[in-house]
Amino acid sequence: MTKIYICAGTGCTSSGSRKVANRLRSELASKDVKAEICVTGCHGFCEQGPIVIIEPADIFYCRVQEEDVEEIVDRTLLKGEIVEKLLYKDPLTQEPIKNYRDISFYKLQHRVVLGNCGHIDPEDIDDYLQKEGYAGLKKALTTMTREEVIAEVKKSGLRGRGGAGFPTGLKWEFAYKSPGPKKYVVCNADEGDPGAFMDRSILEGDPHAVIEGMAIAAYAIGADEGYIYVRAEYPLATERLRIAISQAEDKGYLGENIFGSGFNFTLHIKAGAGAFVCGEETALLMSIEGNRGMPRVRPPFPAVKGLWEKPTNINNVETYANVPVILRKGADWYSSIGTEKSKGTKVFALTGKVKNTGLAEVPMGITMRQIIFDIGEGIQNNKQFKAVQIGGPSGGCLPAELLDLPVDYDSLVQAGAMMGSGGLVVMDEDTCMVDVAKFFLNFTQSESCGKCTPCREGTKRMLEILTRITEGKGKMEDIDLLERLGKVIKSTALCGLGQTAPNPVLTTLKYFRNEYEAHIRDKKCPAGVCQALIKYEILADKCTGCTRCARNCPTNAISGKVKEPHVIDQEKCIKCGTCFEKCKFAAIIKG
Amino acid sequence: MSKCLGSSQELEQHKEKDLQLEELLAKYREQKGALIPVLQQAQEIYGYLPENVLRRIGQALNIPISKIYGVVTFYAQFHLKPRGKYVIRVCQGTACHVRGGSTVLKEIQNLLQIKAGETTPDLKFTLESVACLGACGLAPVMMVNDDTHGRLTKEAIAKILAQYK
Repeated sequence: MTKIYICAGTGCTSSGSRKVANRLRSELASKDVKAEICVTGCHGFCEQGPIVIIEPADIFYCRVQEEDVEEIVDRTLLKGEIVEKLLYKDPLTQEPIKNYRDISFYKLQHRVVLGNCGHIDPEDIDDYLQKEGYAGLKKALTTMTREEVIAEVKKSGLRGRGGAGFPTGLKWEFAYKSPGPKKYVVCNADEGDPGAFMDRSILEGDPHAVIEGMAIAAYAIGADEGYIYVRAEYPLATERLRIAISQAEDKGYLGENIFGSGFNFTLHIKAGAGAFVCGEETALLMSIEGNRGMPRVRPPFPAVKGLWEKPTNINNVETYANVPVILRKGADWYSSIGTEKSKGTKVFALTGKVKNTGLAEVPMGITMRQIIFDIGEGIQNNKQFKAVQIGGPSGGCLPAELLDLPVDYDSLVQAGAMMGSGGLVVMDEDTCMVDVAKFFLNFTQSESCGKCTPCREGTKRMLEILTRITEGKGKMEDIDLLERLGKVIKSTALCGLGQTAPNPVLTTLKYFRNEYEAHIRDKKCPAGVCQALIKYEILADKCTGCTRCARNCPTNAISGKVKEPHVIDQEKCIKCGTCFEKCKFAAIIKG
Repeated sequence: MSKCLGSSQELEQHKEKDLQLEELLAKYREQKGALIPVLQQAQEIYGYLPENVLRRIGQALNIPISKIYGVVTFYAQFHLKPRGKYVIRVCQGTACHVRGGSTVLKEIQNLLQIKAGETTPDLKFTLESVACLGACGLAPVMMVNDDTHGRLTKEAIAKILAQYK
């Protein structure tokens, strides 16, 4: 039977996919068409949402609106025709593409973790079971010892997907070896890096994979209780998790004596309350316990002393979601993907000034160029690529020279960035790198919990210096000062947030030093972003004297007679850019 | 007369809310780590966290008010002042930043004549800026209560706000 998949991830929902689904239901009923509707999680190609896939014909429709539904039913479902205007068009050739596997955005992807996202109904456990769901847990519980499970995960080479890339199997082993009758597993779903949304999509699209991964971890380390700490900003993900947990309980995959093995596991959801620092593991535990989410000194690590002082294993969403498939298909299969030291795949959130935005899951070791120019199909509006910011506020900005860098944990650290959670924000020639550095510092500074001095005071001083530079009041010594401060904060801050906070500044200083110098020495912002350094001028030979700019200027800074060239009084100009926008003759330049 | 009726209705609503709070406290009294979920749900009942509510929570859970104040002021989600019927959260994350998120914020500030962190005098809108809403594929983005609005332009904003009355 024909099956229609409609994406209901956050992206597509905001583009109107619920209306599409409702209209489709009523159209199918009124025309008595037999087809099954499956409302799924995220397909990853959020830019093109709402996305509708029709199988078995394998038709991929994008940007589908309510009004298009009737045509889809009448033509595609009833007559087997294709509605060409809804197909994705190749941006280069404008050729319509029917099957999504042929779209370059999907072609290079290797979907392991996102394999089910977009292909199952996340609110129906039977869909997950049809895709071999809970088979990994069953295998672990009924055929393997706890030690064997840990050995398998170690052998797979899986490393933490949320930050520094610590080997997952090793982490489990520490918690396993910690003595005590009571242990916990915790899932870090406090995805807070600006520009990252893979964890949200996994939770929304395939919540059972995370639950299964956590249950396997719990069995391995000897825990019987778990917590998923979800960001407050993710209401849909929380709701889907709630449904998934209750369905898993009903089917006996959570609760007591799972698969008759004597293993018990209960899982709770904790909603975060809005603090970026809670993504740090010790802060997250403090928050679950009901305190201010402030990190503490490690050691002792959570594996020894974690939640309520008990041994605790913490991994993030994507890490747990990798576990079921490792158990099901084996460590050898898993470790055949990726590079020597970075195994498996990584999901990247590709955003910014790139043509195709969305989630891309690729084997580790693929180059940045392939991700941005093949999957992402290059830069929007024919602009030049300038930098890619990887790893959120803890990461760095990498320049065009490093586009052929293989994307794995170690190469990125060497380049001064880090994998982090895998946010990739692409920047073009119109992006000012000093402004970007200031943006991140502003973020970490306001999210700093204030416990340790280097982070609390140091980031504030760095931000002051950057602000000064973007206002044209910088001194050349400021560059050295920034570098020195950055190094001190890196080596002395208490937790990961502080230790990595200087990265965006240090990498932009390393790769885009000339932009800092232009701001300081020439009092110019080459990208034309920093307001205080922009100057608007009217070109006398192009100005027709239409008076449009003068009429719209909020401070009456523009004067001139009708049909004669106008001038801007720089003293009065507040650089709002209104005249620049309003001029119909391109007579105003920004410099 | 009508004014009288209004205030007795308000009184009823207050009582109703206080009852809900007591039920909530009874449910969580024995649980460890209950403070944050209790604060979250109390805020859902009252719309914000008034001082007397915090004191009552402290009493019931046996937590000093100083610690509760510490927790409430640590997390961005908690509010000590009344909030608007619609909470607008404008994303200022990286992806939105490079695609004009600050223009969006400015435009809303202009339209509503309030700054980020403030509420309109008629308690209709509260405006907040947030670090990332995780809908970067649709940048620039904002949320109004639980609805996400993406691919925003200056022109689209007034239309979207007009939907909320």
